[in-house]
Amino acid sequence: MSKSINKYLPAIIIILIIASLWAILPVNTKLLGPNGLTLGLDLKGGSQLLYEANLSQKDPSVSDAEAMAAVAAKIQRRVNEFGVTEPTIQTMGTDKIIVQLPGVKNVSRAISLIGETGLLEFREQLFDANGTAMINETTGELMFSNESATANGTDGQPEALTGKYLKRAYRSVDSYGTPIVAFEWNSEGAHLFQQITQRNLNKQLAIYIDNNIISAPVVKSVITDNGQIEGNFTLNYAGDLANMLNSGALDVPLTLINQQDIDASLGSDSIHKSLIAAQIGIILLLMFMIAYYRFLGVMACISLGIYALFFLAILTLFPITLTLPGIAALILSLGMAVDANVLIFERTKEELRLKHPLRTAVEAGFIRAWPAIRDSNVTTFIACIILFWLGGTFGAFMVRGFALTLFTGVALSMFTAIIVTRTFLRFVVNNRLVTNLAAYGVEKQNND
Amino acid sequence: MKNKTMIDFVGKKRWFILGSAIALLIMIISLAAFKLTPGVDFTGGTSMTLNFTPQVEQGQLRQDFIKLGHPEAVIQKAGDNFFIRIKVINTTERETLFTGLKTNLNTTEISTLDYSTISPSVAANTARNAGIAVIIACVAMLFYIAWAFRRMPNPIRWGTCAIVALVHDVLIVLGIFAILGHALHVEVDALFISAILTIVGYSINNVVIVFDRIRENKTRGISPDFSVVVNSSLTETLMRNLNTTLTVIVVLLALFLFGGSTIHYFILALLIGVIVGIYTSLFIAGQLLIVWEKGEWREVFPWLFPAKKAA
Repeated sequence: MSKSINKYLPAIIIILIIASLWAILPVNTKLLGPNGLTLGLDLKGGSQLLYEANLSQKDPSVSDAEAMAAVAAKIQRRVNEFGVTEPTIQTMGTDKIIVQLPGVKNVSRAISLIGETGLLEFREQLFDANGTAMINETTGELMFSNESATANGTDGQPEALTGKYLKRAYRSVDSYGTPIVAFEWNSEGAHLFQQITQRNLNKQLAIYIDNNIISAPVVKSVITDNGQIEGNFTLNYAGDLANMLNSGALDVPLTLINQQDIDASLGSDSIHKSLIAAQIGIILLLMFMIAYYRFLGVMACISLGIYALFFLAILTLFPITLTLPGIAALILSLGMAVDANVLIFERTKEELRLKHPLRTAVEAGFIRAWPAIRDSNVTTFIACIILFWLGGTFGAFMVRGFALTLFTGVALSMFTAIIVTRTFLRFVVNNRLVTNLAAYGVEKQNND
Repeated sequence: MKNKTMIDFVGKKRWFILGSAIALLIMIISLAAFKLTPGVDFTGGTSMTLNFTPQVEQGQLRQDFIKLGHPEAVIQKAGDNFFIRIKVINTTERETLFTGLKTNLNTTEISTLDYSTISPSVAANTARNAGIAVIIACVAMLFYIAWAFRRMPNPIRWGTCAIVALVHDVLIVLGIFAILGHALHVEVDALFISAILTIVGYSINNVVIVFDRIRENKTRGISPDFSVVVNSSLTETLMRNLNTTLTVIVVLLALFLFGGSTIHYFILALLIGVIVGIYTSLFIAGQLLIVWEKGEWREVFPWLFPAKKAA
């Protein structure tokens, strides 16, 4: 490292410490709360749903990526309406969508809301040649067309009337207080609906959502711009249905292929336990370092404290989700951060035993330990990168959390050991603050 | 080099190597006999941890699952909770199952602590990806070893000894998990793969540190006897290796004893891996290297070389 950089290192470190404190302190009251660190589902509880899209059924004019983005955007709208705080919806690979619903109480309801395609259609009643309504012989029910009703659009071309012409849908109640879904058409929809109700006057017109018949009211009058759907809904379901219709039909059908629910109580229990474990582990670690390396150990502890501070700042500032394995990685990387310090100190002690002056010994310790520190972390980096990829292929957020946190931790540990510890030690040694060799863990007596 | 005390690491090398060979054999047999128990991540299916209020009997629960059309259910008691694994079910089937359980068991409340369902096709894909990940990791580590050992006198020999040490560590963890899977139905999931890859990375470090020192001491020519070179290198790096491993063991042990149940076996895998890793780096890797460099295979495994008369 060149001399010119060395001169500025103390200032750079102090600036970084202040910046980190600034990043962390506003959330100090809720250090592990939703405002500060991004907690994974295993810590705050909730559901993760992994969907596979059937891209063979998409509109051929749009690309796979566009179709997926559209689906993700629609799911986002549905989930937002559902009232989940901070949901995450991401596309993964070419045909998968991952939906994370933190703290969601009724997962089944959320699943039915997200997974339904939300395709609203109207189908006309079928009549035989004599004009009598056709009846399904096995079920005894009226028969409806398999196609959605079409009419001529404003441009004169026949158009199927579907949910895409909706201006809005909303939950309402009819005059008896029964929950219904009311809707309004946009001008094109109104134009189509007018023609369809006109030709189906006094006939039944079936309302289908996702190929399921919801109701088949008799058309009493020509309707243009609004209507309602009745069908024994609960208030919640009517709301979800309106929400689904509002977000529009999903561009491709989805299949739920992986579901993971974690109870919030398990999550908070995990945080509590792992924090206790972390405290015990860190206290033992610090005691060990000070007992074995004396003054150097104290230096290492200060540098570990700064390491922890930087780590928290990074977790707060960057979108790294903290998971339970992530906490393990954090603690593990703390152990590895010690490794770098130990390598340096052992080398320094060797130099001191060879009767080199303190200042030379400290510098030599760093220089000679650096290749070992660098090399010994390469394997961890390799493992982390591969795990990050693996976790991404099937939405294993815990594996990803572990890999990302461990990688960050190890990289940061190298930085703190080489830059922060060295700067501190230089300061102490250059100013002759501590000169007793015993403080550096080197025995006074000679061995030879 | 003025060393305090010399610890004899290499004198009993035959016993270390034989001991490890026997341990490995046991692990391989247990792996073959019990196999690892794959979790839903790799097989597909539904796993859940349930808590019943009031408490229910395990036998009763098993009968109810059979009654409700899940004869395949694996049910285990974990503290006050039950860990249950069944085939893939969808949301409707889940509700039917829970309603059925409530009625049959007369419980007021079933709380789902965790619930995970993965379709078999996704799971097969995951298993395949995990396989790819492990293979890429092995290749990458091999490249790393080749690079790290480029300055060593006999890169192939030194590298092979490092890899043997590594395989040794991984096999022992796998073997122990095969036994755990058989005895306690401990499942191997995606997190376990993470643990194995981390162990691989960690274990190779200690060996590289030791071998690097052996190379350094050999170049400096501290002794014509390779055994002495290895022994002093092990002694010199002992404190570093022991201290860094101890710090990691301390934090892992704290996590294992006090951390949450979700990562219990993940931490256990890491813990075993790290402990076995320090053992191999101190008692196996360097010793194997001496045996190879000196051609002492006959003395370690006499029954493998019966034809020739010992020199």
